[in-house]
Formats: sequence, C-alpha cells, structure tokens
Amino acid sequence: MTRHFREIIIRNLFACFAFFSVLILGLIVIFLFREGIPIFQQISVFKFIFGSAWYPTYDPPEYGIWPLIVGSLVVTFFACLIAVPLGVLSAIYISEIAPGAIKEYLKSIIELLAGLPSVVLGFFGMVIVAPWLQETFDLPTGLNIINASVMLAIMAIPTISSISEDAIYAVPREFKEASYALGATKYETIIKVIIPAALSGISTAVILGMARAIGETMVVLMVAGGAAAIPQSIFDSVRPMPASIAAEMGEAPFGSGHYHALFATGIVLFFVTLAFNLIADYFSNKFKEVGSGTL
Amino acid sequence: MKVENQKSYIKWRYFKQTIFFGVVRLSALIITAALIGILTYIFFHGFRAISWDFLTLPPTDSMTAGGIMPAIVGTLYLTIGAISVALPLGVVSAIYLTEYAKQGRWIRIIRIGVNCLAGVPSVVFGLFGLGFFVVFLKFGSSILAGSLTLGILILPTVIGASEEALKSVPQTFREASLALGVSKWSTIARIVLPSALPGILTGSILGVGRAAGETAPIMFTAAAFFTASLPKSIFDEVMALPYHIYVLATAGTHIEQTRSLQYGTVLVLVGLVLGIDLIAILIRSSMRRKKRW
Repeated sequence: MTRHFREIIIRNLFACFAFFSVLILGLIVIFLFREGIPIFQQISVFKFIFGSAWYPTYDPPEYGIWPLIVGSLVVTFFACLIAVPLGVLSAIYISEIAPGAIKEYLKSIIELLAGLPSVVLGFFGMVIVAPWLQETFDLPTGLNIINASVMLAIMAIPTISSISEDAIYAVPREFKEASYALGATKYETIIKVIIPAALSGISTAVILGMARAIGETMVVLMVAGGAAAIPQSIFDSVRPMPASIAAEMGEAPFGSGHYHALFATGIVLFFVTLAFNLIADYFSNKFKEVGSGTL
Repeated sequence: MKVENQKSYIKWRYFKQTIFFGVVRLSALIITAALIGILTYIFFHGFRAISWDFLTLPPTDSMTAGGIMPAIVGTLYLTIGAISVALPLGVVSAIYLTEYAKQGRWIRIIRIGVNCLAGVPSVVFGLFGLGFFVVFLKFGSSILAGSLTLGILILPTVIGASEEALKSVPQTFREASLALGVSKWSTIARIVLPSALPGILTGSILGVGRAAGETAPIMFTAAAFFTASLPKSIFDEVMALPYHIYVLATAGTHIEQTRSLQYGTVLVLVGLVLGIDLIAILIRSSMRRKKRW
C-alpha cells in the first residue's frame, strides 16, 4: 500500500514539473502584458500597430511600430528566399543522395552551423559582409536588408534542413521501392513520391525556420542598419522589431512610455512567433504520416 | 524509330537527374563553404589577439586593451546557472511525458507548451526576464536573473533531448523490470534513466552551448558593460563574452582600434561554443557505435 502511495505521489509530482513549461509560457504572456499594456492608455492598439512613425524619444513621442513590423517581414521574406531552397535541397542530399560518410559529416556541419552564436554572425556581417557590399554596389551603407537577410538565412538553414531531413527520412521505404519498381529514376522518385509524402514535415520545417528568422535579434540588431522607416529597396536599412527592443531597452527609462512601448512590441513579436509555431504544430499533427497506409 | 525515341527519352530523364543532383550537391556545398569560410576567417583574424594575458587579464584603458577574463568567468557562471535550472526540470518533464503520461488533452497541452516555448524569440525571453526576475522578483540585473532566463530558454532543448533518449530505451527493458515486480519508479530510476543517461547528457551539453552563446536574453537581465572586479555573489552583474563582443563592435568610441580584441573575443566564444557542441556530437556518435541494443 505504501509503495502504491509513493508511486502516486511521484507521478503527480512529475506531472507538476512537466506542467512548468506551460506555466512559464503563461508567465511570459502575463508579464509581457503587465509591462506592455500601459502604453495603450496613451495610444490606441490600431495606431500603435499601423502608425508609421517610430520616434519614441521625441517630445511628444510617436509610437507607431508599422515600420518595425515591415522591417521584420522584409528581412524574414528575403532570408527565406535563400534559406528554404538551400535547407530543403541539403536535406534531400543528406537523406537520399549522399553516401554514408559524407552524410554524417554534413549533419555535423549543419549542427555546428546551428550552434554558431548569433552575435558571431552579426559580427561577421558587420565586419566582412557590410564593407564588401558597400564597395561592390557603391552604397551609402552595407548594413541593410540584403546583408541581414543573408545572415538570417544562415541562422534559419539548420532548422529547415534538420526538420525536413527528419520528414524525408520518415517516408516509408515501400513508397520508394514501389516507385523504383515502376521504372522511375531516382530523380523522379524524389520529386514525385518522396517530397509529396514528406510535404507536411517540410512545411513545418519552413514555418519554424521563418519563426526563427523573425525572432532572431543579434543579427538584425547589428547588420540591418537600424533605420525605422519603410524600406524602398533591398539596399535600404531597416529596424526589425527585435532589433528595436534590444537596442532601446537599455536607454528607455524604467516605467516610461518608451519602456511600455518596447514591451508592447515584444507582445506583437511573441504572438507572431506563437502563431507560426501553432501553425507548424497543426501541420505536423494534421498531416502526420502514420505508416504506409496513409497515402 | 520508336526505339530511338524511347532511348532519347530515357537519356532526357537521366539528364534531368544529373542536373538535379548537381543542384542538390551545390546547395550542400554552399552550406559547408559558409561554415568553413566563417570559421577560417574568424580563426585567422582572431588567433593573433589570443595570448595568455588576453585570457587572464581584465580589460584596461576603458576597454581598448587588456584581456577578457571577467567576460569568460561571467559566461561560465551564467552557463552553469542556466544548466542547473534546466537540467532537473527538463529531465523530470521528459520522464513524465515519456514514462507516465497517457495520450490525452493534458499531454497535448504540455507538448504544445514545450513547442511554443522553444519558438519564443530570445529577445522576448529577455523582456520576460526583465519584467519578472529583475523587476517583479527584485533580483536586479544579476547572475541569478540571467541564469534563470537562460535556463528557461534552453529548457525545451533539454526536454526534447531527454525525451528522445528515454524513448530510445527498448520497451523490453521496462517490461523485464516490471515483470520482476519492481515498481514503476524504481524501474525508471534504476533501469531506464541509466540507459538513457548518455543521450540526456548529449542534449544537455548542446543546451549549454546554446546558453553560452546567447546575447539578447542577458542584455537586460545580467550583462554589464564593464565590471571592475569579479562577481562576489549571485546578485552581482557580470560581463559575458557575447555581450562583450556586441559592446566592443557597436558601442565603443574606438571601434576600429579594438578590432583585434573583437576578433579575439569572437574566436574565444566560437571556440567555447563549438567546442562544447563538438564534444556532444562526438559523445553521441561514439555512443551509437557502442550501442548494445
């Protein structure tokens, strides 16, 4: 009886600990709102999100984060344009084409790339890529959308590649065998059988990669240039949301409108990435390949 | 004629394949080149700055000379703090998810919670740490606040890795133990956990690497621009390697003059983080070879 009792205690105790992640998530929401909501006494939610001027230190201050949102979306879009093909193609190479030794070696490379601290990539973009861009294209500054996008792409590639690889790996062998048996080439099998079968996993990978790029801070802080304006070309500077938060939080007086506005920006950023993650979660559950009987 | 047609069609199909394989190989090559390029560049510019003094002295002359010892120590403290928060919580969560939980609504909620936590941007963790640990709990900008923030940041990593390690322990191990009349908890503590330990460690080491390299979460919760002495308690601010790089590269008045210090600090950070990751990768691959089941 005591043993039974002990089992029940342990079980419930562990359940509490497991719930901790959900609790933290709840706390994050609560504290973002606690510090962010006061700004909406000064400005309406609509004006905050769609206002086109971000001058938080002016008198009177203007708290419109639309340029920051556009900045985030633009660098994320261009980063994906680079990272999605590279990530998915490298996943195909690793899981279907590469011989054993190269496969292991490449997987380690991608893992190391994932481990590269973002401040290092930011530094690299600032010190190497920016001067090169500036000289080659004769620009006023090399800290711009294109630089930030390339650096962000490097951050997103490992996410996209490793999750896509898992999805491709999970495609049942019978599918491939059936395709080969019908006389398809390896290329045809990959394009017409494997990729469609792994598509839900690949979509999840792409969405998570985008979420990673949109939330990444140090890279956009150091190489996006920091201009809080709607960009006109890919060589313009932008100030994505995370960059704005990281750059200004240190100077914003505690409890000021600026301080609350930065937390409110954090709320927007949090919900954008949350939406991405929930969509990814939905995709990976909805279209889960359970076995060879699902297609 | 027909045969000729067919032959050229087959040729065409293989031609497409050759092109496709070329493109795929190229993309793998680009990624490899990007990593190797970045690492080589940093190595060749950084190693000249590295000396015994650089690693063991504090910065001098308003951070235009001297070393980075306080930043190394600070990063070490923060990382140790982070893993001591994340490891127990993560392992226990993973045990619950894999060993105890039955499929149901609660499990679904916990899983979504962990997945979403993994996707929260690092700067939002920083804001949360500022709002909760620094301001609400009044820890101030300190090692404690920074470690807790980094700890919850790497919690999903540790949970994920531990779950995978626990799942890879064969079901027959558990069944054999339970058939001998051993209780569920003892089965987990004596049979399952020891078998899963290397996997859990690998995942945790990767988490440590992540924590050591993060900047945004510690900017408002722990990192100091400059400290004259080493921290004396967990309520002190510290210097940290990633933040030090950011400060030297962007905020100084002598950005060009301190370039070599910057490269040196970057090299130390990259060496530290990738060294940690490499250890994890090596442990894992040697584990796979030695696997007994």
